[in-house]
Amino acid sequence: MEVEAHSSGSLAGDSPGIGDAELIARILAGERELFHELVRPYEKNVYFAAFSVLQNEQDAEDAAQETVLKALKNLRNFRAESKFSTWLVSIAINEARARLRHARVLKFESVDESPPDEEGGFTPSVISDWREVPLEALERKELRELLQKAIASLPEIYREVLLLRDVEEFSIAESAAALGVSEGVVKTRLLRARLMMQKVLAPKLKSKRSGLFGLFRNRAGGSWF
Amino acid sequence: MVLNCKHVWDQISNYIEDDVAPDLREAIEEHLAHCRHCAAVLDSTRNILYLIADDRVFELPVGYSDRLHARLREEIASGG
Repeated sequence: MEVEAHSSGSLAGDSPGIGDAELIARILAGERELFHELVRPYEKNVYFAAFSVLQNEQDAEDAAQETVLKALKNLRNFRAESKFSTWLVSIAINEARARLRHARVLKFESVDESPPDEEGGFTPSVISDWREVPLEALERKELRELLQKAIASLPEIYREVLLLRDVEEFSIAESAAALGVSEGVVKTRLLRARLMMQKVLAPKLKSKRSGLFGLFRNRAGGSWF
Repeated sequence: MVLNCKHVWDQISNYIEDDVAPDLREAIEEHLAHCRHCAAVLDSTRNILYLIADDRVFELPVGYSDRLHARLREEIASGG
């Protein structure tokens, strides 16, 4: 479905019409079919949150469906002081992590939950001058795969935060709420995630001849490069 | 405030977020004006972020929304 693939899925609950709070009140009062309307603006966020953990389309879709059913079942436990969107995404992340742990156990892999060092030094890829990079040769598919592979190569804690902040465009505060960590932790992980992406991608993009970025001109404008 | 390259890299994410104090921002920009390596790191990082934010990089599976709402309809109908 073409429209679906490009839907914005904006966060916020700031869309016109009935707000999330009113929808929730009416659903809890018995109009349960309104739950479709409540989750629709965030269903894309739910999928990508699950995908950031699971890295597999089918698993992410299964986790997204389970997330929405759990949210319906537990809607009474939702506290109005948090945003429905971040509550929903935090359920998605927990659901996906649980599935990942389960899959690891099934595969008899060691489950090493210790996070990578978040404080250690990191050296970005130093290239002589990014603006010299001619990038027109890359086909869009090739670019997409390059970006997806780079994100997939990140350790889970960095992948999650990068997907939330830089792909889904959650704010720092929303990312922190969805992940259940402090804003300081989000910022630290984001720095590492972004520099890791730079380190992996900058040399590859530089090595390509021409116009990669022309493909994205509509969104980013022609002068940012 | 004089910064070395490592200091600038440590702040690059906050700088992109526009989340640094004015005096630190000034010091970073002073460094960037004279260090083409750090300027390139900033440019490349920022451009990679533009790329991954593009809707076409990550797309939903075809039919995702339809299947999700069908499942939800079943659940609501069953009183779950």
